[in-house]
Amino acid sequence: MPDPKPALDSLPLKAHAAGLNFHYGDFHALKNIEMPIHDKRVTALIGPSGCGKSTFLRCFNRMHDLYPGNRYEGEIRLQPDNVNLLDRAVDPIEVRMRLSMVFQKPNPFPKTLFENVAYGLRVRGIKRRAVLEEKVEEALRGAALWNEVKDRLHEQAFNLSGGQQQRLCIARALATEPELLLFDEPTSALDPIATASIEELIAELKEKVTILIVTHNMQQAARVSDFTAYMYLGELIEFGWTDDIFIKPKNPQTEAYITGRFG
Amino acid sequence: MSVSAASSETLDSRFRGNDGAASAAGRLARRASRRLKEKVIESILFLAALVSVFTTLGIVYILVSESVVFFRHVPLRDFLTDTQWTPLFDDAHFGIMVLLSGTLVSSAVALLVAIPLGTVIAVFLSEFAGPRLRETVKPMLELLSGVPTIVFGYFALMFVTPLLQKFIPGLPGFNLLSAGIVMGIMIIPTVSSIAEDAMRAVPMNLREGSYAMGATRLQTALKVVVPAAFSGIMAAYILGISRAVGETMILAVAAGMQPNLTWNPTEPAATITAYIVQVALGDLPHGSVGYQTIFAAGLTLMLITLLFNILGYWLRKRYRERY
Repeated sequence: MPDPKPALDSLPLKAHAAGLNFHYGDFHALKNIEMPIHDKRVTALIGPSGCGKSTFLRCFNRMHDLYPGNRYEGEIRLQPDNVNLLDRAVDPIEVRMRLSMVFQKPNPFPKTLFENVAYGLRVRGIKRRAVLEEKVEEALRGAALWNEVKDRLHEQAFNLSGGQQQRLCIARALATEPELLLFDEPTSALDPIATASIEELIAELKEKVTILIVTHNMQQAARVSDFTAYMYLGELIEFGWTDDIFIKPKNPQTEAYITGRFG
Repeated sequence: MSVSAASSETLDSRFRGNDGAASAAGRLARRASRRLKEKVIESILFLAALVSVFTTLGIVYILVSESVVFFRHVPLRDFLTDTQWTPLFDDAHFGIMVLLSGTLVSSAVALLVAIPLGTVIAVFLSEFAGPRLRETVKPMLELLSGVPTIVFGYFALMFVTPLLQKFIPGLPGFNLLSAGIVMGIMIIPTVSSIAEDAMRAVPMNLREGSYAMGATRLQTALKVVVPAAFSGIMAAYILGISRAVGETMILAVAAGMQPNLTWNPTEPAATITAYIVQVALGDLPHGSVGYQTIFAAGLTLMLITLLFNILGYWLRKRYRERY
């Protein structure tokens, strides 16, 4: 089959990391990362445990600011306004207003389904019931959860199954119409059926939003992503089209990991 | 012959194996002695647990049996509805409402101080203070609950009451307000410490979920952490209520010993506990109806505390959060 893929340079960017170093205290966790995030595409971060893929993901929404002793250097520029997300002058709360995140373990708040999804909107000061109701429905539809829960929006979120809870968290993340959606191993706590539904959802979501996903599961990366980045010991070893990474990786380290000889 | 029979046979012979039946028995014997040791330890622990159960049962037994004697002389109806408490007068009245009002008013004042302040302190220590500040402030607060209550009592009488008298002219030297405020200060560490533990037990991934949505610290604390820790915070409040209802010394010293049916905190009034102290100090002969009143009063107090504990248990169950 001929290669129909356009050249990487010609694709629009959503974000670009350059010269990114990150330190947990004395530990140098990310080393000079340079990597593009292409607009309205799914980019997967793979690599063995401790390689820094989650650390990298959590730089985007400045989650590291929550804990003392962490230090960023370099930049992650978010398009279209080319703002450096890591700039000290940039308020992390403003950054998080533009990005959303879905975590490894479903973490619904101890509230009703409705209030969970409305949380980000309320944080942004939206109070009008009609607006909230509309956005909550839209987000739940976007997360393929609406039909299952439309009659129980005022029940506690903990009554949902694990897979439903994770889709609720995705709805919560979608409700604020983020520019970039971060997934941190979103299916590692779910059974295969729930995993399949989340993966299907990711494939649908990329029509509307740029996605960056950390995954332990290489098959998952191969299934859902357009681009894949292989990281090892805090360095970005290889980045490219997912097909290329999985079929003809350029770097022997990547090949060793992909073929299961390592990691 | 089935496969499993064959394999169990070989397994058996393997067990008897090279060192024979004697050593196998030895191994079993050692295990039996270990089990005996376990049993002994288990029994000791069980007996230790029984001590507290028996103490409680003993207290309940004495309160109930002595109260039965009391209620033979005083009808329950009078006890509950009479508006005078004059066990020492010739025309004796036994209206528990008189003492109960003192207990409820002083407790209400104490809780109006302790619950808001204790909650705010807990939220601050758990969500805003850095680890160093928290580790400094928490022990200092807990020291406050180690101060003997008699000291608090005189603090109320000699310091807080004169201070209040500047703002409230005509405030009597003994009053429920001053005692209640100081009692509230005493209870703050109980409330804040337990509420803070409950909030800190809320997993970090819930907070991260909130921060990731763009929430501020305050929003995260109030909209996510407090609701998630609700059952633990309720437990802190209930414990605070129990301490307020049962507090004795501060009230005996600063609120006066005069039975007074009032809902006004600026008046002096005896509480149930203060009355029990007064009688126990020896004004009344043992065995008299007057003396018997302290058991009825004590039983009332215990029922109130029990009621709050049940309420707390129910609330905790009702709002238990799974996270």
